[in-house]
Amino acid sequence: MTLVRFLIRRIISGIVVLWLVATAAFLLFFARPVATVARQLAGHAATPATIAEVTRNLGLNQPIATQYWHFIDGLLHGNLGYSYFSQEPVTSMIKQDLPPTVSVVVGGVILWLIVGLGVGVISATRARSLFDRVSAIAVLIGLSMPVFVIGEFLLLIVFVPLNQHGFHWIQDQYVGPTQGIGTWAGHMILPWITLATVQAAVYTRLMRGQLLSTLGEDYIRTARAKGLSERRVIFRHGVRAALTPVVSQLGVDVGALLGGVIVVETVFGLGGIGQVSVQAIDTDNLPVVIGFVLLAAAFVVVANIIVDLLYAILDPRVRIS
Amino acid sequence: MSITEMEFQASSVEGASVQTVEGRSQWQLTWRRLRSDKVAVASMIVIVIMVLLAIFAPAVAALVHHPVDTAYPNTGETAAGNPVGPGTNGFWLGTDDTGRDLMVRILYGARISLFVGIVTTLIATVAGVTVGLMAGYFGGIIDTVLARFTDAVLAFPYVVLALALAVVFGPSLSVIIGVIAFFSWAGIARIVRGQTLSLKEKEYIEAARSLGAGPFRIMFIDILPNLLAPVLVLATLYIPSAVVFEATLSYLGLGIQPPTPSWGNILADAQNFYQVAWWYVVFPAAALLITTLAFNLLGDGIRDAMDPTTERLLASRKGGRRRLRRGPVGGPSAEFPDPDVQVAGGGVI
Repeated sequence: MTLVRFLIRRIISGIVVLWLVATAAFLLFFARPVATVARQLAGHAATPATIAEVTRNLGLNQPIATQYWHFIDGLLHGNLGYSYFSQEPVTSMIKQDLPPTVSVVVGGVILWLIVGLGVGVISATRARSLFDRVSAIAVLIGLSMPVFVIGEFLLLIVFVPLNQHGFHWIQDQYVGPTQGIGTWAGHMILPWITLATVQAAVYTRLMRGQLLSTLGEDYIRTARAKGLSERRVIFRHGVRAALTPVVSQLGVDVGALLGGVIVVETVFGLGGIGQVSVQAIDTDNLPVVIGFVLLAAAFVVVANIIVDLLYAILDPRVRIS
Repeated sequence: MSITEMEFQASSVEGASVQTVEGRSQWQLTWRRLRSDKVAVASMIVIVIMVLLAIFAPAVAALVHHPVDTAYPNTGETAAGNPVGPGTNGFWLGTDDTGRDLMVRILYGARISLFVGIVTTLIATVAGVTVGLMAGYFGGIIDTVLARFTDAVLAFPYVVLALALAVVFGPSLSVIIGVIAFFSWAGIARIVRGQTLSLKEKEYIEAARSLGAGPFRIMFIDILPNLLAPVLVLATLYIPSAVVFEATLSYLGLGIQPPTPSWGNILADAQNFYQVAWWYVVFPAAALLITTLAFNLLGDGIRDAMDPTTERLLASRKGGRRRLRRGPVGGPSAEFPDPDVQVAGGGVI
């Protein structure tokens, strides 16, 4: 019962956040002189009459309150507006661009958690070993590298030499899984590694620190004294308790993850929501940008609700309230 | 320690041969520890060199006779129109795709990167410290509002919003600095708030208040100096992330606009040429990596120097620092004060 109430409250506050983001995005974009957009659309040698017509067609001449009403009304009906240039509905653009983005996010996150947490656990259980030191250096480098530099390096030292030597499995750009899972994975492997590297570094550091301090607790000594196997002590007693702060960090990092996705899609030319939104920003295509900002915000809100639930499941001491 | 013991100690000090015991402030002690940390010193040297190179970039450009925005289609490009490699025709690090001197452009890029990194960190630190102090000290509704706002800023897909802001206000240096600072202060504010919460309950604050000190005097004169250590560490670690942030924005075409070189936009241009010109990718990336790595290592070093009880992984010497610090034989000496005692007594951390 508490769980249901918690969920309802979180969903309501999520909707409020989304409304705030939508309004903020609307105000930011429409608080600018509309003439710039109209002029750009109308072309270089446009007469004032043409510009006025373009402005009218886009509905940019209406009072801002009316525009806002249309905007919110459209949102409630699942209509994110239309691209200024192609007149395509933003929702169908999102549908079309979603597969590469989902592919990058899912694979990248799995790889990032496996590597980050795995290396963190090994480092903590073998503190000060050679592995620990090497991984600490790798973590520092990972933390210092921008995502796009890792991507470009991978292209330079993996993609180019392999393809020059007739090994064509690893590719850039996006190919859907319908063309065969192997082909798809070959196209996605470099983006996955790129996305995972930076994030994994943060989690390795966090996991190692948390696990080290957890393993110093009295109940770990008790567990060992009971004669439990070391594996059981570390995983059932140590890792489980150490995971809680890691999971809450996860909620904070969802936003950073989206930023990483934009860069990864651009580096590898995957298309996808991130790359398209950067192009939309470049061309002042406001409805598309707002649509993607809202989608990103929705993703963050949902991810945070999931993280809060996970938090409660992992740590029985946390009461959902 | 009983009173008699203390008296005994006091008399033994009086009786000892004349040995001046200098008082050292916490900062002097920190500097001492930092100086003996090889990794931190190396990072400092790297940063100083980077800063000098950035400052004297025009001088270097004059030295090699290659102004930053001048293209050399004859000497700087191959017959096919591709960049020439390092060491060719007097281009030490090669050229870019329009035949400009890559080394000169990287050095000019360093000016932008370091400027953005340092200025945004300064703004974010001042804002974060002020907000954190207020939230922690006053509590109540101010704290709630600020805490919620901080949470919101931390949880938002900031790169997405940064991109949106960059496009709304048009890409320019001041917008970039504003955007990065806006997304950086929240972390500092949160730490400062937590520290303020515990510090404001201390007796010396009570004493200051009973002497009639106002809230702002207490916050900025009594509490702030005790927060400087963690803030300094955080600030040092924020510089590299600001540098990375700027590079990412510029890479996406939403930061520094060409022809002004920045490491981000050089790397964005380089991406179309990595198959034919490895140097075009490798050198700017190396400059970026060396700079961020140096700041990260220095930040870690400062943290360790301020709080020697933290365990250090990349210790420059084998056998751990603490054993070494205690001196080779016979307990803490004047030369190597026992860090634990100093921390307990200093009360900075």
